[in-house]
Amino acid sequence: MRKLLAPVFNRSESSLAVVIIVVVLIFSVSSPYFLTLSNTADLIESYSVTTILAAGVFVVLVSGGIDISFAAVASVTQFIAAMAATKYGVPAFPAIALACALGALMGCVNALLTYYLNVVSIIVTIATSSIFYALLIYFTGGSEIYNLPDWWTDRVVFLRFETASGDFARITLPMVIMVLVVVVTHLLMSRTHAGRQIYALGGNPEAASRVGIRILRLQLLVYGYLGFLAGLAGFVQAHRVHQVVPTAMFGTELSVLAVAILGGASLVGGLGSMGGVVLGVLLLAILQNGLNLLGVSPYFFDVVIGLAILISISVTAVTQRRLRAKRGNSELRHE
Amino acid sequence: MPPGWNAVSAFVVQLCLANQTKLMTEPVPPTAPFLKLENIGKRFGGTVALDGVDWSVNPGEVHCLVGENGSGKSTLIKIVSGVHRPDAGGRIVIGGTAFDHLSPHHAKKLGIQVIYQDLSLFPNLSVWENIAIDQELGAPFLAVRRKTMRATAKEVLANLDARLPLDAIVGQLSVAERQLVAICRGLAAKAKLLIMDEPTSSLTHHEVVRLLGIVHRLKSMGLAIVFVSHRLEEVMALAERVTVLRDGRKAATLPAKQVDYHRLAELMTGSRIDHVLKAPGLETRESVLEVRGGGRNGEFADVSFALHAGEVLGIIGLMGSGRTELALALFGMTKLDHGEVWVDGKPLKLHSNQDAIRSGIAYVSEDRLLLGLNLRQSIADNASITTLDRLANSFGLVPPQRRSKLAFEWVKRLGIKASNTAAAVQTLSGGNQQRVVLAKWLATNPKILILDTPTAGVDIRNKQGIYGIIHKLAKEGVAIVVISDEIPEVYFNTDRILHMREGRLVKEYLPGATSEKLLAEAVFA
Ligand SMILES: Nc1ncnc2c1ncn2[C@@H]1O[C@H](COP(=O)(O)OP(=O)(O)OP(=O)(O)O)[C@@H](O)[C@H]1O
Ligand SMILES: [Mg+2]
Repeated sequence: MRKLLAPVFNRSESSLAVVIIVVVLIFSVSSPYFLTLSNTADLIESYSVTTILAAGVFVVLVSGGIDISFAAVASVTQFIAAMAATKYGVPAFPAIALACALGALMGCVNALLTYYLNVVSIIVTIATSSIFYALLIYFTGGSEIYNLPDWWTDRVVFLRFETASGDFARITLPMVIMVLVVVVTHLLMSRTHAGRQIYALGGNPEAASRVGIRILRLQLLVYGYLGFLAGLAGFVQAHRVHQVVPTAMFGTELSVLAVAILGGASLVGGLGSMGGVVLGVLLLAILQNGLNLLGVSPYFFDVVIGLAILISISVTAVTQRRLRAKRGNSELRHE
Repeated sequence: MPPGWNAVSAFVVQLCLANQTKLMTEPVPPTAPFLKLENIGKRFGGTVALDGVDWSVNPGEVHCLVGENGSGKSTLIKIVSGVHRPDAGGRIVIGGTAFDHLSPHHAKKLGIQVIYQDLSLFPNLSVWENIAIDQELGAPFLAVRRKTMRATAKEVLANLDARLPLDAIVGQLSVAERQLVAICRGLAAKAKLLIMDEPTSSLTHHEVVRLLGIVHRLKSMGLAIVFVSHRLEEVMALAERVTVLRDGRKAATLPAKQVDYHRLAELMTGSRIDHVLKAPGLETRESVLEVRGGGRNGEFADVSFALHAGEVLGIIGLMGSGRTELALALFGMTKLDHGEVWVDGKPLKLHSNQDAIRSGIAYVSEDRLLLGLNLRQSIADNASITTLDRLANSFGLVPPQRRSKLAFEWVKRLGIKASNTAAAVQTLSGGNQQRVVLAKWLATNPKILILDTPTAGVDIRNKQGIYGIIHKLAKEGVAIVVISDEIPEVYFNTDRILHMREGRLVKEYLPGATSEKLLAEAVFA
């Protein structure tokens, strides 16, 4: 099985793929509704926001940082764009651009603080996250916006097909945005100079600056990109739920981080791939859906997330140790 | 004749002849120097790291930079590579143009490439990407040209006649292979001057020989090469010219042919250092450690020896001889598959290194940077880590002043050059870091001390210092095992030498009863 997957995924990703296939088989046997076409489409759509955010977090993780302020950024940009749209009648594209630009700007603030204060990014972003949230609640008083314009809330369906059972499966705007983000992030990270520099930076920051990588510029890109995606995710989230609630994204940080880590990104940087992150999302989505259909309590789901992370980290650690041991022996032999 | 000299230089000459007859060509004609430094000085706060240094390097020249620990070698290199800015008043002349300082970027553009001791590679990336990383530094959103990059990597490797799997992840290569990657990266970046800071201190003899072959090849390609090293034999066999730094000043630049080992040592330290055979220990003492038929599958077999109190026992062997594996097993890091270890006349079951430490065994690893130290922590933190329970007060807490007192004592005893015991270990020079490792283990008051290549990266005077410590400890009754592949190190400092090859102890030598040359021939045969 692993050999079969080798051309597409690396080692840890193919083990993830194997796990997914096993889980799918188990659920398919135990629930007839699992992974019907319409169920799958809904599932994908409901994970679009998580995936968009995870793509950005993945980039930050590869660079060797952690950013947990994205949920706050998404909430702030969402609210400001919604204000612009409802109060001042700003049309669709400028409003979305405003959200994204604002997000990118807030990301750049994180980058600048991390770079100049020379503090680990998790601490910087805990602080900025708290500030962004607090400012949002302070200025809005926690009020919600329900009267979003139609262009924001109308469902955009690109494709619709009827399934055998008579249900409809739809390809919708969130899915398309999600796929675009995944593809663009994948290309950015694996095919462009910037992406490779991000991997290099995460792998050995000291060496990165020695070979002449411009760290500040790269960090602005990394955190700015996550901010940009947070703006986009905020827009998509409001599009799906037809309202803007300042606290709606609160608490999503951990599950997004979890997805990225499940997908093979490492907290010390330099590792992981977009494909792996997509598999991570897939695994969580399938687990959640399957357990749901089996009638397992949603609280239990958090236990499953935690276990999944622990298991995936242990598998990586064990394989690496084994690799190292193997290497040691071969060195001895060839002498 | 200087010790170890014959064997190694003959060896290197042989190698060069075998590898490359072209090396016999006449010396490079006196062209304009590629690099010229005039009156370079550098202060760090109160420390004068460099003072009025003039220096030049010619194209096609192998130039060695030697000096004691802390004499300013790395600082000089960092000035050339643009990492440090020299103090006002100095000039750097490259290809006829004068600068008062360089930036890293600028230095690279001028063809100056440095291979730092830590190699500065990206462990998470492939060999080809590491080698051709410069091609990824262009405009951020352009596509990576993998084909060109791979071709570059392939070409550079072919130029060196070296083979490496292009797609291997660098973090999984051996140190020697990683070093090759670093050299290739320098070449791929069109280096005209390649500087290697202590390239050999973490290599085994075999790997050093291979590296020297590569250096010769680079030289024949017209590169200027600067080599920083503490292994004087290597230096002499390799270089056209040698520059000696002492306390931040240039002591001399001399043609390598005109200096010998003693002269170099004298220039470095300002005083003469002679090797003297160690006074032999007393054979009659009881044995504290005995290995009977010890073996580990695939690593070593049939190892039996006894170690006496107050004895210094040398184990000499090349990489793959099983010497480090044996040490790890004695320290309880791995388990013996066969045989047993006796300590103080009782069989000892080693389940972990905790057991070893409890029975008074200490082990100083060969890889000081990777295994020995936490570079960001202070000297006191590092030196006291092995003895925390002894330092703890009745509440089980360790008062900081006890730690610094202990550290201070060892800094004094081992002559560690540092401003104070709270200094982070990474601000020390390489050789002084090595001594902190030593302090950490000596602080446990071991009965049995296993030293694995204890003087890698340590300069000659400090080597003498460490040997002095070894002899003193032996006198106090500590039994010491010195593992090494430097002939003079074992020959002049141990009571008894066991030669290890292919996992077996093949012969025992007594330094008084054999010559250094014979020993060298046996080991490198
Ligand atoms: N960044 C720094 N800050 C403060 N002092 C420094 C710094 N770098 C070097 N020094 C000091 O400058 C002196 C020269 O150090 P340098 O690293 O150049 O020595 P070295 O000749 O390379 O020694 P070694 O052989 O041990 O590597 C030392 O006293 C060192 O402590
Ligand atoms: Mg140095």
